[in-house]
Amino acid sequence: MKVLVTVKEVAEVDDEFAIDGLDVDESYLEYDLNEWDDYAVEEAVQLSEANDDVEVVTVTVGPERADETIRMALAKGADRALRVWDDAIAGAEFLDPGTKAQLLEAIVEEEEPDLVLTGVQSGDDAFGATGVALAERVGFEWAAVVNDLEHDVEANDSSVRRELEGGVEELTDVEGPAVLTIQTGINEPRYASLRGIRQAQRKPLDVQTLDDLGLEESVLETQVELTSMYEPESESDAVIWEGAADETAGELASFLRDSGVVEG
Amino acid sequence: MTVLAVTEQRRGELRDPSFELITAGRQLADDLDSELHLAVIGGDVDGYADQLNREGVDAIHTVADGEEFNHDIYTQAVTAMADAHEPDAVLMANTVNGLDFAPAVAGQLDVPLVTDAVDFDASGTPEVTREQYGGKVETTVDIEADQFALTIRPAEWAKAEGTGDADIAAFDFDLDESAVRSTVTGFEEVGSGDVDISEADILVSVGRGIEEEDNLPLVEELADALGATLSSSRPIVDNGWLPKNRQVGQSGKVVTPDVYIAIGISGAVQHVAGMKGSDTIVAINTDPNAPIMDIADYAIVDDLFDVVPELIEEFGGEAS
Repeated sequence: MKVLVTVKEVAEVDDEFAIDGLDVDESYLEYDLNEWDDYAVEEAVQLSEANDDVEVVTVTVGPERADETIRMALAKGADRALRVWDDAIAGAEFLDPGTKAQLLEAIVEEEEPDLVLTGVQSGDDAFGATGVALAERVGFEWAAVVNDLEHDVEANDSSVRRELEGGVEELTDVEGPAVLTIQTGINEPRYASLRGIRQAQRKPLDVQTLDDLGLEESVLETQVELTSMYEPESESDAVIWEGAADETAGELASFLRDSGVVEG
Repeated sequence: MTVLAVTEQRRGELRDPSFELITAGRQLADDLDSELHLAVIGGDVDGYADQLNREGVDAIHTVADGEEFNHDIYTQAVTAMADAHEPDAVLMANTVNGLDFAPAVAGQLDVPLVTDAVDFDASGTPEVTREQYGGKVETTVDIEADQFALTIRPAEWAKAEGTGDADIAAFDFDLDESAVRSTVTGFEEVGSGDVDISEADILVSVGRGIEEEDNLPLVEELADALGATLSSSRPIVDNGWLPKNRQVGQSGKVVTPDVYIAIGISGAVQHVAGMKGSDTIVAINTDPNAPIMDIADYAIVDDLFDVVPELIEEFGGEAS
């Protein structure tokens, strides 16, 4: 069987930062594999280890910079990688979930995976919608926010737990082929071994353009437009205890004693 | 002209976001000068419809198929309702189940979807306010479409009150059973165990800032010294450093202690949802701009590894 894992390289913002136009200034951003996707990759790799003949393919929509992140997924055990990018995508103003789902749809049609794993959401823009939007486009069944997966390779069916709010899990059977959006905590993502990192250098990483995928530039036209980004005004009215650690700890200790919740 | 808001139920009860959807839906309907219709799908729909008949609701459409939430049924039913009533906007909640059907509805209707709105203004070109980078920035997006789908963040809008006089009617709908390819087989409560953090008067709660599992004894000693109970944010449980029954937040426990001491917790929205009802919130964090500061009553902007040992000493404990 073939498992396709969508992975995204996301930006994390430093504590102190400045906004330049419609995004945080590049110098305050650090790039890493999206946390949720790390768990999705691990889940796919575990499937390939537990069963014979499971190929794990990752797909990323992103610039050349993302190759480093993709190599990490390969080092953790994915077999090969695809990266969708070209000048037209680089020039697109805003890749909303609907647009990304169209790009990934072309990959699914090309690769014909039996199972697609995505992260629940990305840590940067946090739309949380691409996986289910993709499932709808390609006619796969799906389940969102999965924190336990048992996959029957023969039948291509999945028994999953969906993590609902308030400590309740929903047990659901899902007919394959399916898209499952993977929640953090479902497994323990491995660190890439040195051997894995060396092997990753030799694994295929193919770049696909819109043209390669048989898509027109019009797929990039979106009805959702990013119009501003700003730092929210702090709503904080916290009393800040200042000073060295022994002084601030002393303030907190006095508060706890005075409020009567702590004795001693 | 209508706004169609899709309510949520689970295991025999309407969920809070259903009533928040009425408030947000009324706001959106006023912006668009349209009616507010609700969709009620699955379970005791007549009972739910009565409870949802609050001020500002013009019509309620019920579909009795399915006992519990099923995204295939929801997607089909909402798509059929949208075909029949041609709403300007379909409004849903940004909940776990909302994330499980909203993108499919938007896809079926071929309309743009914006998720996790914390505010919007649709009096002109619809503009939605969202957060990005874990709440460090806010963005606005414009929706350039005649019809769109939107999900709203839970607990951002007040629950609707008052009694309404909505037209309640069963929506004429034929479910295509062959397109229902997932089945809910049960539910399970997780995170029970020997400790109930929701019963504690003082919680010492630890987050990502603790960095390593080997550092956990530090906060355990603080909890001991204070006679407090130890809880945590999600990453600590994801890492397997503490059991699920210690997790505060949307998918864990909702807690309301007298004092909540957040140590190295940035305050992601899912975490805040579980502890904002605490009487007093104290934050110890190196980042003065962390979202936890927005709800903290007292804060120490410093390294927890400097402050916590001092605090343990204050209470006669021994920092390791």
